[in-house]
Amino acid sequence: MLKVRVIPTLLWKNLGLVKGVGFDSWRRVGTVMPAIKVYNTRDVDELILVDIAATVDQREPDYQAIEELAAECFVPLTVGGGIDHLETIRQLLLAGADKVAINTAAYAHPELIRQASERFGSQCIVASVDARLHEDGRYECFSHCGSQPTGKSPDAWCQELEALGAGEILITSIERDGTMEGYDLPLIANIRAAVSIPVIASGGAGNYAHLCQAIQESGASAVAMASILHFTQQTPAEAKAFMAERGIPVRNIHVQY
Amino acid sequence: MSVCIIDYGIGNLGSVRRAFEECDAHELFISRDPKDLAHAAHVVLPGVGAFRDGMQLLKNAGWVEPIRKATLEDGVPLLGICLGMQLLATTGSEGGDVPGLDLIPGRVVRMTPTADDERIPHVGWNEVHPVDHTHPLLENIHAGSDFYFVHSFHMVPDQAKHAAATTPYCGGITSVLARDTIVGTQFHPEKSSRFGFQLIRNFLAM
Repeated sequence: MLKVRVIPTLLWKNLGLVKGVGFDSWRRVGTVMPAIKVYNTRDVDELILVDIAATVDQREPDYQAIEELAAECFVPLTVGGGIDHLETIRQLLLAGADKVAINTAAYAHPELIRQASERFGSQCIVASVDARLHEDGRYECFSHCGSQPTGKSPDAWCQELEALGAGEILITSIERDGTMEGYDLPLIANIRAAVSIPVIASGGAGNYAHLCQAIQESGASAVAMASILHFTQQTPAEAKAFMAERGIPVRNIHVQY
Repeated sequence: MSVCIIDYGIGNLGSVRRAFEECDAHELFISRDPKDLAHAAHVVLPGVGAFRDGMQLLKNAGWVEPIRKATLEDGVPLLGICLGMQLLATTGSEGGDVPGLDLIPGRVVRMTPTADDERIPHVGWNEVHPVDHTHPLLENIHAGSDFYFVHSFHMVPDQAKHAAATTPYCGGITSVLARDTIVGTQFHPEKSSRFGFQLIRNFLAM
Protein backbone atom coordinates (compact mmCIF):
# COMPACT_ATOMS: atom_id res chain seq x y z
CA MET A 1 0.00 0.00 0.00
CA LEU A 2 1.22 3.48 -0.82
CA LYS A 3 2.19 5.31 2.34
CA VAL A 4 1.17 8.83 3.31
CA ARG A 5 4.28 11.01 3.26
CA VAL A 6 5.43 13.21 6.12
CA ILE A 7 7.47 16.02 4.60
CA PRO A 8 9.38 18.70 6.52
CA THR A 9 9.61 21.98 4.61
CA LEU A 10 12.83 23.93 5.02
CA LEU A 11 12.55 27.58 4.07
CA TRP A 12 15.85 29.07 3.24
CA LYS A 13 16.88 32.69 3.10
CA ASN A 14 20.43 33.98 2.83
CA LEU A 15 21.90 30.62 3.89
CA GLY A 16 19.82 30.51 7.07
CA LEU A 17 16.78 28.43 7.87
CA VAL A 18 13.76 30.65 8.57
CA LYS A 19 10.10 30.34 9.41
CA GLY A 20 7.46 33.05 9.36
CA VAL A 21 3.78 33.52 10.05
CA GLY A 22 1.42 34.20 7.15
CA PHE A 23 4.38 34.45 4.76
CA ASP A 24 5.81 37.33 6.80
CA SER A 25 7.91 38.18 9.88
CA TRP A 26 10.56 35.58 9.13
CA ARG A 27 12.49 34.23 12.12
CA ARG A 28 15.83 32.56 11.81
CA VAL A 29 15.55 29.02 13.16
CA GLY A 30 18.95 27.52 12.40
CA THR A 31 21.12 26.43 9.54
CA VAL A 32 20.06 24.08 6.79
CA MET A 33 22.74 21.40 6.90
CA PRO A 34 22.27 20.22 10.49
CA ALA A 35 18.52 20.12 9.85
CA ILE A 36 18.95 17.90 6.80
CA LYS A 37 21.21 15.52 8.70
CA VAL A 38 18.77 15.26 11.59
CA TYR A 39 15.81 14.64 9.29
CA ASN A 40 17.72 11.94 7.43
CA THR A 41 18.48 10.04 10.59
CA ARG A 42 14.88 10.33 11.68
CA ASP A 43 13.77 8.81 8.41
CA VAL A 44 11.42 11.46 7.14
CA ASP A 45 9.76 10.49 3.88
CA GLU A 46 10.90 13.42 1.79
CA LEU A 47 12.22 16.97 2.17
CA ILE A 48 11.15 20.22 0.54
CA LEU A 49 13.75 22.99 0.44
CA VAL A 50 12.56 26.40 -0.75
CA ASP A 51 14.76 29.43 -1.28
CA ILE A 52 12.11 32.02 -0.43
CA ALA A 53 14.23 35.01 -1.44
CA ALA A 54 15.30 33.85 -4.92
CA THR A 55 12.27 35.05 -6.90
CA VAL A 56 11.91 38.30 -4.98
CA ASP A 57 15.65 39.01 -5.38
CA GLN A 58 15.40 37.99 -9.07
CA ARG A 59 18.31 35.60 -8.89
CA GLU A 60 18.98 31.98 -9.72
CA PRO A 61 19.13 29.30 -7.03
CA ASP A 62 22.50 28.81 -5.35
CA TYR A 63 23.48 25.57 -7.10
CA GLN A 64 26.68 25.08 -5.14
CA ALA A 65 24.90 25.32 -1.80
CA ILE A 66 22.14 22.98 -3.00
CA GLU A 67 24.71 20.44 -4.18
CA GLU A 68 26.30 20.42 -0.74
CA LEU A 69 22.93 19.99 0.93
CA ALA A 70 21.72 17.32 -1.48
CA ALA A 71 24.87 15.28 -0.87
CA GLU A 72 23.70 14.70 2.70
CA CYS A 73 20.12 13.91 1.79
CA PHE A 74 19.23 10.24 1.15
CA VAL A 75 15.51 10.75 0.90
CA PRO A 76 13.83 12.50 -2.03
CA LEU A 77 14.59 16.21 -2.15
CA THR A 78 12.32 18.79 -3.79
CA VAL A 79 13.91 22.17 -4.41
CA GLY A 80 11.96 25.35 -5.06
CA GLY A 81 12.51 29.07 -5.32
CA GLY A 82 13.51 31.18 -8.33
CA ILE A 83 12.85 28.51 -10.97
CA ASP A 84 11.88 30.17 -14.23
CA HIS A 85 13.84 28.36 -16.96
CA LEU A 86 14.39 24.79 -18.15
CA GLU A 87 18.11 25.31 -17.70
CA THR A 88 17.57 26.19 -14.04
CA ILE A 89 15.77 22.87 -13.57
CA ARG A 90 18.52 20.95 -15.34
CA GLN A 91 21.14 22.54 -13.09
CA LEU A 92 19.11 21.73 -9.97
CA LEU A 93 18.71 18.08 -10.98
CA LEU A 94 22.44 17.88 -11.65
CA ALA A 95 23.07 19.41 -8.24
CA GLY A 96 21.15 16.56 -6.63
CA ALA A 97 17.52 17.69 -6.49
CA ASP A 98 15.05 14.91 -7.30
CA LYS A 99 12.10 17.17 -7.99
CA VAL A 100 11.58 20.89 -8.44
CA ALA A 101 8.74 23.06 -7.15
CA ILE A 102 7.58 25.82 -9.48
CA ASN A 103 5.30 28.58 -8.26
CA THR A 104 5.56 32.21 -9.44
CA ALA A 105 6.96 31.51 -12.91
CA ALA A 106 4.00 29.29 -13.81
CA TYR A 107 1.58 32.25 -13.74
CA ALA A 108 3.51 34.30 -16.28
CA HIS A 109 4.72 31.32 -18.32
CA PRO A 110 2.40 28.31 -18.00
CA GLU A 111 4.31 26.73 -20.88
CA LEU A 112 7.25 26.30 -18.54
CA ILE A 113 5.29 23.56 -16.73
CA ARG A 114 4.50 21.82 -20.01
CA GLN A 115 8.04 22.03 -21.34
CA ALA A 116 9.55 20.99 -18.02
CA SER A 117 7.27 17.96 -17.67
CA GLU A 118 7.95 16.88 -21.25
CA ARG A 119 11.70 17.24 -20.85
CA PHE A 120 12.20 15.95 -17.32
CA GLY A 121 9.01 13.95 -16.76
CA SER A 122 5.86 14.92 -14.87
CA GLN A 123 7.11 13.05 -11.83
CA CYS A 124 9.79 15.63 -11.26
CA ILE A 125 7.62 18.74 -11.57
CA VAL A 126 5.79 19.83 -8.42
CA ALA A 127 3.44 22.77 -8.96
CA SER A 128 3.40 24.89 -5.83
CA VAL A 129 0.32 27.04 -5.24
CA ASP A 130 -0.12 29.58 -2.44
CA ALA A 131 -3.75 30.50 -1.74
CA ARG A 132 -5.36 33.13 0.46
CA LEU A 133 -8.95 33.04 1.77
CA HIS A 134 -10.72 36.37 1.27
CA GLU A 135 -13.37 37.63 3.69
CA ASP A 136 -16.12 36.89 1.19
CA GLY A 137 -15.16 33.20 1.31
CA ARG A 138 -13.40 33.24 -2.03
CA TYR A 139 -9.92 31.74 -2.43
CA GLU A 140 -7.28 33.41 -4.60
CA CYS A 141 -3.81 32.31 -5.68
CA PHE A 142 -0.88 34.61 -4.85
CA SER A 143 2.54 34.65 -6.46
CA HIS A 144 5.92 36.04 -5.34
CA CYS A 145 5.96 34.36 -1.92
CA GLY A 146 2.36 35.30 -1.19
CA SER A 147 2.75 38.98 -2.02
CA GLN A 148 0.99 39.41 -5.39
CA PRO A 149 -2.63 38.55 -6.18
CA THR A 150 -3.07 36.64 -9.44
CA GLY A 151 -6.86 36.70 -9.84
CA LYS A 152 -6.86 32.90 -10.22
CA SER A 153 -8.96 30.54 -8.15
CA PRO A 154 -6.89 27.66 -6.74
CA ASP A 155 -9.01 24.76 -8.00
CA ALA A 156 -9.18 26.05 -11.58
CA TRP A 157 -5.49 26.91 -11.55
CA CYS A 158 -4.53 23.48 -10.21
CA GLN A 159 -6.56 21.82 -12.97
CA GLU A 160 -4.68 23.92 -15.47
CA LEU A 161 -1.37 22.92 -13.90
CA GLU A 162 -2.33 19.25 -14.08
CA ALA A 163 -3.29 19.60 -17.73
CA LEU A 164 0.07 21.26 -18.41
CA GLY A 165 1.81 18.19 -16.98
CA ALA A 166 2.53 18.88 -13.31
CA GLY A 167 3.05 15.64 -11.38
CA GLU A 168 2.01 16.87 -7.94
CA ILE A 169 0.35 19.89 -6.34
CA LEU A 170 1.80 21.47 -3.21
CA ILE A 171 -1.05 23.60 -1.85
CA THR A 172 -0.25 26.11 0.88
CA SER A 173 -2.71 28.23 2.82
CA ILE A 174 -1.15 31.65 3.27
CA GLU A 175 -3.09 32.67 6.35
CA ARG A 176 -2.68 29.31 8.09
CA ASP A 177 1.07 29.27 7.39
CA GLY A 178 3.07 29.42 10.61
CA THR A 179 -0.01 29.67 12.85
CA MET A 180 0.03 26.00 13.90
CA GLU A 181 -3.79 26.18 14.02
CA GLY A 182 -4.34 23.36 11.54
CA TYR A 183 -4.51 23.02 7.77
CA ASP A 184 -7.17 24.78 5.70
CA LEU A 185 -9.16 21.58 5.25
CA PRO A 186 -11.78 22.87 2.78
CA LEU A 187 -9.04 24.32 0.56
CA ILE A 188 -7.19 20.99 0.48
CA ALA A 189 -10.37 19.02 -0.12
CA ASN A 190 -11.27 21.32 -3.03
CA ILE A 191 -7.92 20.79 -4.69
CA ARG A 192 -8.07 17.03 -4.03
CA ALA A 193 -11.42 16.93 -5.80
CA ALA A 194 -10.27 19.17 -8.65
CA VAL A 195 -7.23 17.16 -9.76
CA SER A 196 -6.26 13.50 -10.13
CA ILE A 197 -2.55 13.91 -9.30
CA PRO A 198 -1.24 13.67 -5.71
CA VAL A 199 -1.87 16.67 -3.45
CA ILE A 200 0.54 17.73 -0.69
CA ALA A 201 -1.15 19.73 2.11
CA SER A 202 0.82 22.66 3.51
CA GLY A 203 0.30 25.53 5.93
CA GLY A 204 -0.90 25.36 9.52
CA ALA A 205 0.18 22.01 10.99
CA GLY A 206 0.56 22.41 14.75
CA ASN A 207 -0.04 18.92 16.12
CA TYR A 208 -0.32 15.33 14.99
CA ALA A 209 -4.10 15.44 14.86
CA HIS A 210 -3.89 18.19 12.24
CA LEU A 211 -1.87 15.87 10.00
CA CYS A 212 -4.52 13.17 10.30
CA GLN A 213 -7.26 15.66 9.43
CA ALA A 214 -5.55 16.71 6.21
CA ILE A 215 -5.33 13.06 5.18
CA GLN A 216 -8.57 11.58 6.49
CA GLU A 217 -10.90 14.56 6.06
CA SER A 218 -9.37 16.31 3.05
CA GLY A 219 -7.75 13.41 1.18
CA ALA A 220 -4.17 14.71 1.00
CA SER A 221 -1.53 12.26 -0.30
CA ALA A 222 1.16 13.89 1.81
CA VAL A 223 1.51 16.43 4.60
CA ALA A 224 4.15 19.17 4.60
CA MET A 225 5.06 20.99 7.79
CA ALA A 226 7.61 23.34 9.31
CA SER A 227 6.72 25.26 12.49
CA ILE A 228 5.54 22.13 14.29
CA LEU A 229 9.08 20.77 13.90
CA HIS A 230 10.96 24.03 14.51
CA PHE A 231 9.02 25.38 17.49
CA THR A 232 7.69 22.31 19.31
CA GLN A 233 9.14 19.03 20.54
CA GLN A 234 7.05 17.05 18.08
CA THR A 235 8.95 14.86 15.59
CA PRO A 236 8.27 13.20 12.23
CA ALA A 237 8.76 9.75 13.79
CA GLU A 238 6.17 10.40 16.50
CA ALA A 239 3.85 11.90 13.92
CA LYS A 240 3.97 8.69 11.93
CA ALA A 241 3.36 6.52 15.00
CA PHE A 242 0.34 8.69 15.84
CA MET A 243 -0.96 8.42 12.29
CA ALA A 244 -0.45 4.65 12.21
CA GLU A 245 -2.53 4.24 15.38
CA ARG A 246 -5.35 6.00 13.58
CA GLY A 247 -5.24 3.69 10.60
CA ILE A 248 -3.18 5.84 8.24
CA PRO A 249 -0.59 3.86 6.23
CA VAL A 250 2.89 5.15 7.04
CA ARG A 251 6.32 3.94 6.10
CA ASN A 252 8.26 1.12 7.73
CA ILE A 253 6.67 0.59 11.06
CA HIS A 254 5.32 -2.90 10.42
CA VAL A 255 8.54 -4.31 9.06
CA GLN A 256 10.76 -6.38 11.32
CA TYR A 257 14.44 -5.53 11.07
CA MET B 1 36.45 -3.31 -9.55
CA SER B 2 34.95 -0.18 -11.01
CA VAL B 3 31.35 0.93 -11.12
CA CYS B 4 30.23 2.80 -14.22
CA ILE B 5 27.21 5.09 -13.95
CA ILE B 6 25.94 5.82 -17.45
CA ASP B 7 25.35 9.51 -18.19
CA TYR B 8 23.10 9.76 -21.24
CA GLY B 9 21.77 13.22 -20.47
CA ILE B 10 18.82 12.48 -18.20
CA GLY B 11 18.79 11.24 -14.65
CA ASN B 12 19.53 12.28 -11.11
CA LEU B 13 23.19 11.38 -11.44
CA GLY B 14 24.25 13.33 -8.38
CA SER B 15 21.93 11.37 -6.11
CA VAL B 16 22.93 8.03 -7.59
CA ARG B 17 26.65 8.75 -7.26
CA ARG B 18 26.29 9.87 -3.64
CA ALA B 19 24.36 6.77 -2.65
CA PHE B 20 26.92 4.45 -4.25
CA GLU B 21 29.72 6.33 -2.49
CA GLU B 22 27.84 5.88 0.76
CA CYS B 23 27.74 2.13 0.01
CA ASP B 24 31.53 2.04 -0.35
CA ALA B 25 31.61 1.60 -4.11
CA HIS B 26 35.23 1.85 -5.20
CA GLU B 27 36.40 3.42 -8.43
CA LEU B 28 33.04 4.93 -9.13
CA PHE B 29 32.83 6.88 -12.35
CA ILE B 30 30.15 8.68 -14.32
CA SER B 31 30.69 8.05 -18.00
CA ARG B 32 29.59 9.62 -21.25
CA ASP B 33 31.77 7.25 -23.30
CA PRO B 34 30.43 3.76 -24.14
CA LYS B 35 34.04 2.50 -24.44
CA ASP B 36 34.25 2.81 -20.65
CA LEU B 37 32.01 -0.24 -20.30
CA ALA B 38 34.99 -2.41 -21.18
CA HIS B 39 36.54 -1.53 -17.80
CA ALA B 40 33.40 -1.75 -15.71
CA ALA B 41 32.73 -4.49 -13.16
CA HIS B 42 29.25 -3.11 -12.50
CA VAL B 43 27.07 -0.87 -14.64
CA VAL B 44 24.31 1.44 -13.43
CA LEU B 45 21.69 2.80 -15.80
CA PRO B 46 19.80 5.57 -13.99
CA GLY B 47 17.15 7.77 -15.56
CA VAL B 48 14.00 9.73 -15.03
CA GLY B 49 11.64 10.94 -17.72
CA ALA B 50 10.13 9.50 -20.86
CA PHE B 51 10.96 6.15 -22.51
CA ARG B 52 11.13 7.57 -26.04
CA ASP B 53 13.57 10.34 -25.05
CA GLY B 54 15.64 7.96 -22.97
CA MET B 55 16.10 5.45 -25.81
CA GLN B 56 16.84 8.23 -28.29
CA LEU B 57 19.57 9.62 -26.03
CA LEU B 58 21.08 6.15 -25.48
CA LYS B 59 21.12 5.55 -29.23
CA ASN B 60 22.52 8.95 -30.12
CA ALA B 61 25.42 8.48 -27.74
CA GLY B 62 26.10 4.95 -29.01
CA TRP B 63 25.29 3.08 -25.80
CA VAL B 64 22.88 0.42 -27.07
CA GLU B 65 25.24 -2.22 -28.50
CA PRO B 66 27.99 -1.74 -25.87
CA ILE B 67 25.39 -2.23 -23.10
CA ARG B 68 24.03 -5.36 -24.77
CA LYS B 69 27.52 -6.77 -25.26
CA ALA B 70 28.67 -6.02 -21.69
CA THR B 71 25.60 -7.59 -20.11
CA LEU B 72 24.74 -10.47 -22.46
CA GLU B 73 28.21 -11.55 -23.62
CA ASP B 74 30.54 -10.45 -20.83
CA GLY B 75 28.09 -11.03 -17.97
CA VAL B 76 28.72 -7.64 -16.35
CA PRO B 77 25.99 -6.99 -13.76
CA LEU B 78 23.73 -4.07 -14.68
CA LEU B 79 21.28 -2.22 -12.43
CA GLY B 80 18.61 -0.14 -14.16
CA ILE B 81 16.85 2.38 -11.94
CA CYS B 82 13.31 3.69 -12.65
CA LEU B 83 13.38 4.67 -16.34
CA GLY B 84 16.67 2.79 -16.49
CA MET B 85 14.80 -0.38 -15.54
CA GLN B 86 12.04 0.29 -18.05
CA LEU B 87 14.57 0.71 -20.85
CA LEU B 88 15.60 -2.94 -20.34
CA ALA B 89 12.27 -3.95 -21.91
CA THR B 90 11.60 -5.01 -25.48
CA THR B 91 9.14 -2.19 -26.14
CA GLY B 92 7.94 1.06 -24.60
CA SER B 93 4.45 2.34 -25.36
CA GLU B 94 4.77 6.00 -24.36
CA GLY B 95 3.86 8.03 -27.46
CA GLY B 96 3.66 5.04 -29.82
CA ASP B 97 5.70 1.85 -29.68
CA VAL B 98 9.44 2.39 -29.26
CA PRO B 99 12.01 -0.44 -29.16
CA GLY B 100 13.93 -0.73 -25.89
CA LEU B 101 17.26 -2.35 -25.04
CA ASP B 102 15.48 -5.71 -25.15
CA LEU B 103 17.50 -7.26 -22.35
CA ILE B 104 14.45 -8.55 -20.49
CA PRO B 105 11.40 -9.40 -22.63
CA GLY B 106 8.44 -7.21 -21.79
CA ARG B 107 6.47 -4.05 -22.41
CA VAL B 108 6.36 -0.70 -20.62
CA VAL B 109 2.79 0.57 -20.30
CA ARG B 110 0.95 3.31 -18.47
CA MET B 111 -0.40 2.35 -15.04
CA THR B 112 -4.16 2.19 -14.60
CA PRO B 113 -5.65 2.87 -11.16
CA THR B 114 -7.75 0.04 -9.77
CA ALA B 115 -8.95 1.91 -6.69
CA ASP B 116 -10.31 5.38 -5.97
CA ASP B 117 -7.38 6.49 -3.89
CA GLU B 118 -4.74 5.44 -6.43
CA ARG B 119 -3.34 8.48 -8.17
CA ILE B 120 -0.91 8.68 -11.08
CA PRO B 121 2.01 9.40 -10.88
CA HIS B 122 2.64 6.75 -8.24
CA VAL B 123 4.64 8.93 -5.85
CA GLY B 124 5.92 7.92 -2.45
CA TRP B 125 6.95 4.96 -0.35
CA ASN B 126 5.41 1.61 -1.13
CA GLU B 127 6.03 -1.99 -0.20
CA VAL B 128 8.29 -4.32 -2.09
CA HIS B 129 7.47 -8.02 -1.82
CA PRO B 130 10.18 -10.35 -3.10
CA VAL B 131 8.93 -13.20 -5.28
CA ASP B 132 12.36 -14.67 -5.83
CA HIS B 133 13.83 -14.68 -2.32
CA THR B 134 16.98 -16.37 -3.53
CA HIS B 135 18.06 -13.59 -5.86
CA PRO B 136 21.27 -11.99 -4.49
CA LEU B 137 19.89 -8.48 -5.16
CA LEU B 138 17.15 -9.09 -2.58
CA GLU B 139 19.28 -10.53 0.20
CA ASN B 140 18.17 -9.12 3.58
CA ILE B 141 15.34 -7.22 1.94
CA HIS B 142 12.36 -8.23 4.05
CA ALA B 143 8.92 -8.64 2.53
CA GLY B 144 7.03 -5.38 2.83
CA SER B 145 10.05 -3.09 3.08
CA ASP B 146 9.18 0.39 1.81
CA PHE B 147 11.04 1.96 -1.09
CA TYR B 148 10.57 5.30 -2.82
CA PHE B 149 8.69 5.29 -6.14
CA VAL B 150 7.93 8.07 -8.58
CA HIS B 151 6.62 6.98 -11.99
CA SER B 152 3.56 6.80 -14.26
CA PHE B 153 4.54 3.83 -16.44
CA HIS B 154 5.59 0.34 -15.44
CA MET B 155 7.25 -2.67 -17.01
CA VAL B 156 5.24 -5.83 -17.60
CA PRO B 157 7.68 -8.72 -18.16
CA ASP B 158 6.61 -11.40 -20.64
CA GLN B 159 7.87 -14.12 -18.34
CA ALA B 160 6.76 -14.27 -14.72
CA LYS B 161 10.17 -15.60 -13.69
CA HIS B 162 11.72 -12.19 -14.45
CA ALA B 163 9.53 -10.44 -11.86
CA ALA B 164 11.76 -10.73 -8.78
CA ALA B 165 9.54 -8.53 -6.60
CA THR B 166 6.15 -6.89 -6.81
CA THR B 167 4.43 -3.87 -5.29
CA PRO B 168 0.74 -3.50 -4.48
CA TYR B 169 -0.39 -0.58 -6.65
CA CYS B 170 -2.70 -0.47 -9.65
CA GLY B 171 -3.46 -4.14 -9.20
CA GLY B 172 0.18 -5.09 -8.62
CA ILE B 173 3.28 -3.97 -10.50
CA THR B 174 6.72 -5.49 -11.02
CA SER B 175 9.05 -3.46 -8.83
CA VAL B 176 12.22 -5.54 -9.23
CA LEU B 177 13.17 -7.19 -12.49
CA ALA B 178 15.91 -9.77 -12.71
CA ARG B 179 17.31 -11.90 -15.46
CA ASP B 180 20.51 -13.43 -14.07
CA THR B 181 22.82 -10.46 -13.50
CA ILE B 182 20.69 -7.98 -15.43
CA VAL B 183 18.49 -6.34 -12.80
CA GLY B 184 16.30 -3.29 -12.43
CA THR B 185 14.25 -1.50 -9.80
CA GLN B 186 11.20 0.60 -10.54
CA PHE B 187 11.82 2.44 -7.27
CA HIS B 188 14.82 4.61 -6.43
CA PRO B 189 17.23 2.73 -4.13
CA GLU B 190 19.42 5.85 -4.00
CA LYS B 191 16.53 7.67 -2.33
CA SER B 192 15.23 4.83 -0.21
CA SER B 193 17.43 5.35 2.81
CA ARG B 194 18.75 2.21 4.51
CA PHE B 195 16.81 -0.42 2.57
CA GLY B 196 17.98 1.26 -0.61
CA PHE B 197 21.57 1.09 0.59
CA GLN B 198 21.14 -2.60 1.41
CA LEU B 199 19.98 -3.23 -2.15
CA ILE B 200 22.87 -1.23 -3.63
CA ARG B 201 25.35 -3.20 -1.49
CA ASN B 202 23.72 -6.43 -2.67
CA PHE B 203 24.17 -5.30 -6.26
CA LEU B 204 27.82 -4.42 -5.69
CA ALA B 205 28.35 -7.92 -4.26
CA MET B 206 26.91 -9.58 -7.40
